[in-house]
Amino acid sequence: MMELQITWFILWGVLWAVYFMLDGFVMGAGILHNLIGKSDGDKRVMINTIGPIWEGNEVWLVTAGGVTFAAFPTTYALMFSYLYSALFILLCALIVRGVSYEFRSKEDHPLWRKGWDTAITLGNFLPALLFGVAFGNIFEGLPMDSTGYHGSLLSLLNPYGLLTGLLFVSLFAVHGALYLTVKTTGELSRRSQAVADKLWPGLLLVAVAFLVYTNFATRLYDNYLAHPLLMVVPLLAVVFLLWIKIFSAMGKPLAAFASSSLTILMVVGTAMTGLFPNLIPSSIDPASSLTLYNSSSSRYTLKIMLLVVGVFVPIIIGYKIWVYRIFRAPVSEDEVLADKQAY
Amino acid sequence: MDVLTLSRLQFAITSMFHFIFVPLTLGLSILTAFMETRYVMTGDATYLKMTKFWGKLFLINFALGVVTGITMEFQFGMNWAEYSRYVGDIFGAPLAIEATVAFFLESVFIGLWIFGWNKVSKKVHALAIWLVALATNLSALWILLANGWMQHPVGYVLRNGRAEMVDFMAMITNPDGILKFAHQLTSGYTVASFFVMGVSAWHLLRKNETDFFIRSFRIAATFGLFSTIAVGLFGDMSAVEVAKVQPTKFAAMESIWESKRGVGMNLLLLPDPPNECNSVEGICVPNAVSLLAFHDPNALVKGLKEFPPELRPPVLPTFISFRLMAGLGTFFILAALAATILSRWGKIENQKLLLNLCLYSIPLPYLANFLGWTVAEVGRQPWIVYGVMKTSDGISKSVSLSQVIGSLVGFTLLYGFLGVIDIYLLAKFARKGPDNDLSTMLKPRGQEA
Ligand code: HDD
Ligand code: HEM
Ligand code: HEM
Repeated sequence: MMELQITWFILWGVLWAVYFMLDGFVMGAGILHNLIGKSDGDKRVMINTIGPIWEGNEVWLVTAGGVTFAAFPTTYALMFSYLYSALFILLCALIVRGVSYEFRSKEDHPLWRKGWDTAITLGNFLPALLFGVAFGNIFEGLPMDSTGYHGSLLSLLNPYGLLTGLLFVSLFAVHGALYLTVKTTGELSRRSQAVADKLWPGLLLVAVAFLVYTNFATRLYDNYLAHPLLMVVPLLAVVFLLWIKIFSAMGKPLAAFASSSLTILMVVGTAMTGLFPNLIPSSIDPASSLTLYNSSSSRYTLKIMLLVVGVFVPIIIGYKIWVYRIFRAPVSEDEVLADKQAY
Repeated sequence: MDVLTLSRLQFAITSMFHFIFVPLTLGLSILTAFMETRYVMTGDATYLKMTKFWGKLFLINFALGVVTGITMEFQFGMNWAEYSRYVGDIFGAPLAIEATVAFFLESVFIGLWIFGWNKVSKKVHALAIWLVALATNLSALWILLANGWMQHPVGYVLRNGRAEMVDFMAMITNPDGILKFAHQLTSGYTVASFFVMGVSAWHLLRKNETDFFIRSFRIAATFGLFSTIAVGLFGDMSAVEVAKVQPTKFAAMESIWESKRGVGMNLLLLPDPPNECNSVEGICVPNAVSLLAFHDPNALVKGLKEFPPELRPPVLPTFISFRLMAGLGTFFILAALAATILSRWGKIENQKLLLNLCLYSIPLPYLANFLGWTVAEVGRQPWIVYGVMKTSDGISKSVSLSQVIGSLVGFTLLYGFLGVIDIYLLAKFARKGPDNDLSTMLKPRGQEA
C-alpha cells in the first residue's frame, strides 16, 4: 500500500510539473502578447504558434485535477474548497483565455481585436500569478486544523505567496519568450529573444530571493537536511536556469528553451521533494496536515488508476510528440496571411 | 438563501451552460467527420466546402464547451467538498479516466485539425476529426458513468468513513450509466441534426447555395431520423431502469401518489403536491404506465405516499419536465421522418412549411436536453448519491455565503457575456454561408493539400 501511495505522490508531482512546463510557455507568451506583438500581424503569428497546442497543454491541468480527485480525494476536497475564491478567479481567467484565441480572429474591427488582446494578456497573467500564490501558500502550509480552515483570499496574499507568484510569472515569461523566439521568424523572433534576455536577470534575482525566503517561510528544506543527496534537485534547477542564459548568449534559442523547460520541471521537483510526504501541510497543526498516507484513495482504486495511467500516458505522449513534430516549423507572417483557416 | 441553495443554483447554472455546447459538439463532430470522409473518398469539392462551413460552426461552439467544462471539473471540490471526500474513492476515477482517455485525444487532434490543413495528407486530416469525434463521445461515456453511479451506486462498500470502490467492472457496466450514455449521445445527435437542418432551411428559404444546403439537409435529416428514434428507445429503457432502481423519481415523473396495480396513463394530468393528489386527471390509457415501466399490465407501481415527504423529490418540475421531454421526442421523430422523406424523394427547397418548421425547431432539442437533466437531477433529490448521501450533506463546510454569492454572480455574468458573443458569432457565420473561394483552400504545401 505504501509503495502505491508513494508512486501516486510522485505521479501527482510529475503531472503538475509537466503541466507547468507545457502551459508555462503558453502563459508566458500570453503575458508578453502585447509587449512583443507590435502589429496585428505579429499578434496573429503569435496566436498561430500557440493555437495548435495550447488546449492539449491545458488538459494536463484537468488531469492533475482529476488525478488529485481519484488518488487523493481528501486533498482534492479540502484544497479546492479552502482555496475557493482564488480558484474562482483562476477559472474565470482560464475561461477568458480559452475563448479569446478562438474569438479574436472572427471579427476585423480593431476594437474587437484590442479587447481580445487584453483578454489574452490578463487571461494568461492571472493564472500564472495565482498558481504561484496558491502553491506558495501550500509550501508554507495552510492555516487548517481539525475544525476547518482559518484563512481567506487576503491571507493568501502574504509576502511569500506573492514572491512565489512573481517567480511563476517571471519564469513563465522567460519560457514563453524563448518559445516565441524558436517558433517565429525575423524581427519578431529577434524581439522575443531580446525580451527573454532582458527578463532573465530579473528572474535570477527572484529565484535567489525565493530560495532564501523559502528557508524562513517554509519547512521545505527539512527533507534536504535529512537527506543531503536530494540537494541535486534544486542544484539542477539552478544549473538549468544558468543554461538558459548561456545558450541564449550562444545564439541557441532551442537549447535555451529546453533549459527553461527543465528549469520548470526541477523547480516543481524541488518543491515536491520538500513537501514529501505532505500534499498540503498545515501551518498551525501538524497533525492536520494532508499527507499521502491520510488522504489517499483505497488500495484498489490506486491500483486501477495506476493501470489506466500506465497504459494511456505513454500513448498520449506518443501522439503528442507526433503532433508537435508536425507543427515544428516556425510560423511566418506570410504563411498566416495566405492561410484562410489561420487565426 | 444559504450556501446549500446557492451552490445548487450555481451547479445548475454552470452545468446547464456547459450543456448548451456539449450536445452540439457530440453530434456535429460526427457530421463534420462524415462530410470530410465523403470528400476524401469522392474528391467532390462540395463536401470540402461543407466540412469547412459546418466545421467552423463546430469550432465556435466547441470553444465554449471546453472552457466551461473546466469549471465543472473544479466545482466538485470547491462547492461539494464533503461529497468529494466521501465518494472520491469511486467517483474520482471516471473523472480522471475521462481526462486521460478522452480529453487529451480530443484537444491534441482538434489542434491538428484546425491548423493542419496544409500540413498533413487529406486522409490524416480526416482521421484527426474522427479522433476528435471519438474522444468527445468517449468523454460523455465516462462522465455519464460517473453520473450514473450517483443515480444508482454500485460496486462500493462503506468503509473508513467513506464509500470505497470494490468492483470497477460493476461501475463501468452499471446499466444506469450505460443507458444515460446511450440516451445522451443520441440526444446530442438529435440536437446536431436539427441544428444542421435548421440552418440549411434558413438558406433554402432564401434560395442561397441550394445544392450545398440540400445536400447538407439530406445528411442531417437521415442522421436525425436514426437519432430521434434511438433517443426515444433509450429514453424508454431509461424509464424502465428508473422505475426499477429509483422508485421516488419514477413516481414523481408520472405523478403517482397511491401505490396501485395496473396503473393507467392520464394524458391530461396536473399534480397538486400540497394536497398529495392530482387536481386534474383525464383521458386515461388503461394499464399503460405499468406496462411501459414493468412490461406487465398489472405490475405494482409505488406511489409517492409510500415514502416520507422528506424523501420525495419536487414533483412538479420532475413531472412537467418528463412530460415535455417525451412529447418533444415524439415530435422530433415525426419531423425527422418528414424531413428525410421530402429531402430524399421530394423537392425540399419548395416545402416552405417544413423548412420554417425546421428553422424554428433549432432550440427544441436543446430544450429537451435541459428538461432531461431536470428529470434526472431534480428527480434524484433529496439524494446526491441515491440512497447513500443527501445533497445537504455533500456541501463544503469551509465555504462562506459571501464566497458563493460572489462566484455565482461572477459565473453568471461571465457566462452570460460569453454566451451572447458565442451565439452572435454562430449566427453570423451560419448566415454567411459557405466560402466558395476554393483557391486558398486547396493550395498545396508540404505533402499535399
Ligand atoms: C454527455 C456528455 C457530457 C457531460 C454529461 C458533461 N460533459 Fe464535459 N464535455 C463533454 C461532454 C460532457 C464534451 C462533448 O466532450 C466537451 C464539450 C465540448 C468539448 O470540447 O468537450 C466537454 C468538455 C469538458 C471539459 C474540457 C475538456 C478539455 O479541456 O478539452 C471538462 C474539464 C469537462 N467537460 C468536465 C465535465 C464535468 C466535470 C462534467 C460533470 C458535471 C461534465 N463535463 C459533463
Ligand atoms: C458527473 C456528473 C454530475 C454530478 C456529479 C452532478 C452533481 C450534482 C450536484 C452536486 C448538484 C447540486 C445538488 C442538487 O441540487 O442536486 C446537481 C444539481 C443539478 N445538476 Fe447535476 N451533476 C452531474 C451532471 C450534471 C449534468 C451534466 C447536468 C446537465 C446539464 C446536470 C444538471 C443538474 C441540474 C439541473 C441540477 C439542479 C437540480 C436541483 O438543484 O434540484 N448535472 N448535480
Ligand atoms: C421520446 C421519449 C423520451 C423518453 C421516454 C425519455 C426518457 C427519459 C428518462 C426516463 C430520463 C431520466 C433518466 C434518469 O433519471 O436516470 C431521461 C433523461 C434525459 N433525457 Fe430523455 N426521454 C425522451 C426523449 C428525449 C429527447 C428527445 C431528448 C433530447 C433531445 C432527451 C434528453 C434527455 C437528457 C439529456 C436526459 C438526462 C440524461 C439522462 O438521465 O439520461 N430525452 N429521459
